[in-house]
Amino acid sequence: MTSAPRDREIAVVAFAQTDHRRTSDEFSEVEMLMPVLHEVLHATGLKTADIDFTCSGSSDYLAGRAFSFTLALDGVGAWPPISESHVEMDGAWALYEAWTKLLTGDADTALVYAYGKSSPGSVRDVLTRQLDPYYVAPLWPDSVALAALQAQALIDAGDTDEPALAAIASRNRAAATGNPHAQLRGPVPQGDHLVQPLRTGDCPPIGDGAAAVILAAGDRARELCARPAWIRGIDHRIEAHGLGVRDLTDSPSTRLAAERAGAFERPVDTAELHAPFTAQEVVLRKALRLGEDVDVNPSGGALAANPVMAAGLIRIGEAAARIHRGASDRALAHATSGPCLQQNLVAVLEGEPR
Amino acid sequence: MSKEPVAVVGIGQTRHAAARRDVSLAGLVREAARRALRDAELTWAGIDAVVIGKAPDFFEGVMMPELYLADALGAVGKPMLRVHTAGSVGGSTALVAANLVAARVHGTVLTLAFEKQSESNAMWGLSLPIPFQQPLLAGAGGFFAPHIRAYMRRSGAPETVGALVAYKDRRNALKNPYAHLHEHDITLDRVMASPMLWDPVRYSETCPSSDGACAMILTDRAGAARAPHPPAWMLGGAMRSEPTLFAGKDFVSPQAGRDCAADVYRQAGITDPRREIDGAEIYVPFSWYEPMWLENLGFAGEGEGWKLTEAGVTELDGDLPVNMSGGVLSTNPIGASGMIRFAEAALQVRGQAGEHQVDGARRVLGHAYGGGSQFFSMWLVGDRPPDS
Repeated sequence: MTSAPRDREIAVVAFAQTDHRRTSDEFSEVEMLMPVLHEVLHATGLKTADIDFTCSGSSDYLAGRAFSFTLALDGVGAWPPISESHVEMDGAWALYEAWTKLLTGDADTALVYAYGKSSPGSVRDVLTRQLDPYYVAPLWPDSVALAALQAQALIDAGDTDEPALAAIASRNRAAATGNPHAQLRGPVPQGDHLVQPLRTGDCPPIGDGAAAVILAAGDRARELCARPAWIRGIDHRIEAHGLGVRDLTDSPSTRLAAERAGAFERPVDTAELHAPFTAQEVVLRKALRLGEDVDVNPSGGALAANPVMAAGLIRIGEAAARIHRGASDRALAHATSGPCLQQNLVAVLEGEPR
Repeated sequence: MSKEPVAVVGIGQTRHAAARRDVSLAGLVREAARRALRDAELTWAGIDAVVIGKAPDFFEGVMMPELYLADALGAVGKPMLRVHTAGSVGGSTALVAANLVAARVHGTVLTLAFEKQSESNAMWGLSLPIPFQQPLLAGAGGFFAPHIRAYMRRSGAPETVGALVAYKDRRNALKNPYAHLHEHDITLDRVMASPMLWDPVRYSETCPSSDGACAMILTDRAGAARAPHPPAWMLGGAMRSEPTLFAGKDFVSPQAGRDCAADVYRQAGITDPRREIDGAEIYVPFSWYEPMWLENLGFAGEGEGWKLTEAGVTELDGDLPVNMSGGVLSTNPIGASGMIRFAEAALQVRGQAGEHQVDGARRVLGHAYGGGSQFFSMWLVGDRPPDS
């Protein structure tokens, strides 16, 4: 249904992100966010009061306080009052909410932003609080250990091996040399095992960052951007929470979301995958049927910078930016949430034919 | 560009209580969801997407609980969104779900909001630590009491108005089997004799902490045609936000609330809300917020809201019944409280509100707010589709 033709075209018209860094002690979340908000507004010439709808993604658990997003809203400058909403999810889902709002015709422009600071705490421990609170969370299985289970399942299934995973890490971080915002780039040692079979090189850097996107509909998008990145389809699906009932070597939710987003209707030239762990790229490539001719993670992906809650939105932003500058005609962007790729979003973006 | 009309065809809520020790979080949300499905005569297979809300995650100690709750809400293989807009979240969640239908992205959507406050201590969960806020803000009451004082001073309202609201809402709750507080021995004197918590807010003028969930099934015109019971139709819906703290903010009657109501009325073609709306479920966590919001929502002129309350206009048998269900003052699972307001409005126009039904209710407002009176979400529902 989501891939059906629609009478309203919506595009990403601007994207900005911070330089992602291991720590940002000297900045509050609002201070981290403000420059990217200003950057996307400046790129389009819009002011806060011109934006019809605003939606953000973040997590109280990363911030360590309830209602953390309320202060970010102060930074947006919500005066006079704005039409605004927030998802306690990665910003990719905030973009999805904004996309539906624009589809209704109630808004022509939307500002979407997301931010996360992982540095103040132990993000591996914090993410255990996402797990079943009665049976699993009390055991504190951390995010790297769960990803290692998935990696081992793939190795056992013959889908990959440790050298292949090392090659994925190497390729992503080599690509990141062209990304001034990346936290890790160039040759990075694969390192020792962190949790077998994953080595430090198979894991994302821990870091802080923010991103913002502006969406616009129809002719408004053409006014605001020389080559808008039209959202041809976007869909997301969730799987069961219990790892024991899932085949960790596969991602049926990604496949279904891609199908509904129209990803399989024509080949894409670029894919920005939200795969914080090398082994997850193996799963996603298979679910998305990406061939060797597809440029996967030209930004370096989440292995080069993984600001939790913003990393998914950044994938959409990176894919859109490639279309804006003419480096891609049809790109796929993917975002994930939850342990071992539990929830997945796929967007298909296209530029006007040249 | 035309929007698909949105209909409410299923409503379910849990039995609300101070502590639902008989159910897990998953069991709690499932109780409400299954009641909504039964009302709509649908199975899980008939749901295309799930939108849930609650606020904040620290209340239960589960980060992003939609991940854990996907199985319990039949969401596996489906899209699932999680909304969080502080106290207004129950309303915002319903509006996000409604947009999925209005945009024709999905035909039938389950939306649900919950809070299991017994898993934590809301008083301290809402007492934000320095350096983020000024110290000595004990719970929500500590934040709102000064704004109530400002309202009393500005409007000249007599000190008894708050007690009248509490007395009314707690009596309305006696007619609502799902309400948390059933105070059979309530009297106006008892309300006024209850201990002062945050001057001028007394114990009996304060909302309880509840465990509970509320669910609704929203669908398009085709879905409404298949529904076994009369639907409620969304005639207008809007969200507005403004900053928490700034010099120009009017905490007594925030501009965001006024703008949000105006947007809803414009969509619904309402020009005189006092005459054209048959009842209102308003987010009143502290009794004095009834007269304050009556003004903010355009039901009364500035400084006049308390006169409606004092004259009995907002009683269940009054000219403009307010909080027929017993309101937030009687049932307050924070994340769900806004959705309960929206659901009660829908129940009323469907004629399904039982003993707290307002005769002939055709257009009813549901209202929620959150944060430091900075987030607002509202909808107006009616017994007829928007274009009829």
